[in-house]
Amino acid sequence: MSKVIGVVRFPGTNCEFDTIDALQILGAETKILWHGDRDIANVDSVIIPGGFAHGDYLRCGAIARFSPVMDAVKSFAKDGGPVLGICNGFQVLTEAGLLPGALQKNVGMKFLCSMQTLEFVSTSNILGANALQGDSLRIPINHFEGNYVCEERVLKELEERNQIVFRYAENPNGSIADIAGISNLEGNVVGMMPHPERATSPLLGSTDGIALLNSLVGGSAAQSV
Amino acid sequence: MRFEVKVEVVPRDGIANPEGATIERALPALGFVNAGNVRVGKVIQLQVEAESAESAERVVEDMCNRFLSNPVIENATVEVL
Repeated sequence: MSKVIGVVRFPGTNCEFDTIDALQILGAETKILWHGDRDIANVDSVIIPGGFAHGDYLRCGAIARFSPVMDAVKSFAKDGGPVLGICNGFQVLTEAGLLPGALQKNVGMKFLCSMQTLEFVSTSNILGANALQGDSLRIPINHFEGNYVCEERVLKELEERNQIVFRYAENPNGSIADIAGISNLEGNVVGMMPHPERATSPLLGSTDGIALLNSLVGGSAAQSV
Repeated sequence: MRFEVKVEVVPRDGIANPEGATIERALPALGFVNAGNVRVGKVIQLQVEAESAESAERVVEDMCNRFLSNPVIENATVEVL
C-alpha cells in the first residue's frame, strides 16, 4: 500500500503541483486538501507547501491559520500525524501555533532564490528516516521572509530538545542560530524554509530532497527520480 | 457607540528590523546623517461598536494579542481616536 499524502492548498499556494509531482514519482498517492475543507480523513501525512497563502496579508501565514482545513491539520498533528510545512507552509505552522517562533523579512531585504547547503542537525523527526545526524544536504531556498526568530528561552529549548532539524552552512537570511528548519517536541511536525521538492532530480541541481520526502512516503533514500 | 481605533504594530525591541535597517542605511545618501534606530511597522485603523472607549480599547487589544500582531516579534499599541 502506498502512502497517501495530503497537500494543502490555500488561495495563493503555488508549490502544490511541484510537491505532488515529486511525491508521485516517489510512489506516493497524493490528495489536494482544499483550505475550505474541514475533513482530511484518510491521509497518512500532510504537507503544507510553499506559496503566498491568502496573499500573505497582515503577516505570512496569519490568515491561513483561520482556514477550516487548519483545524483538521491541528487535530491530525495533535494525534501524532506527520505534518511538514515547506517555506510558506513553515510560516503557516508558526502562525497556527504548531511550531514556536516566527519568520520575518530576510536581513538585507532581498528575495533569495539559491541553492543552500544544510546540515541535518536532528534526525529524530518525520524527515529523518533515511538520514544520519550531520549529513550535508543541498536544497534550494526561495523566500523573502525566511529569517527565523524566537525568544532566547525558546532557542535554548529547541537546542536542548533536538528540535533544530536543519541549519544553513552559510546563513543566507539572518536566521537566529542559522536555523533553516525546526520540529515540535514530538518530532511529528516539521517546518523548513528550503524546498525539498525542488531537489528531486539531477536536472534540478540536487537529488538530496528525495531522502527527506521518502521519509514521509516510506521509500529509501537511494530511490532515484 | 462607534469608535475609531488606531493600532500601531512595531517590531519588538531586540528583534532585528531589516526594513528599518535598510532605510537607516539609505538616509545618509540624502544628507540625513543624524537619524538612527529606524523601525518600520504598520498602522491598522478600524471602527468598533462598543459601550465605551475603554471597552473599545479592550476589544481591540484582544484582537492584537490574538491576531493583529504576532507577540513573538511585534508590539502593538491601541489608541481610541
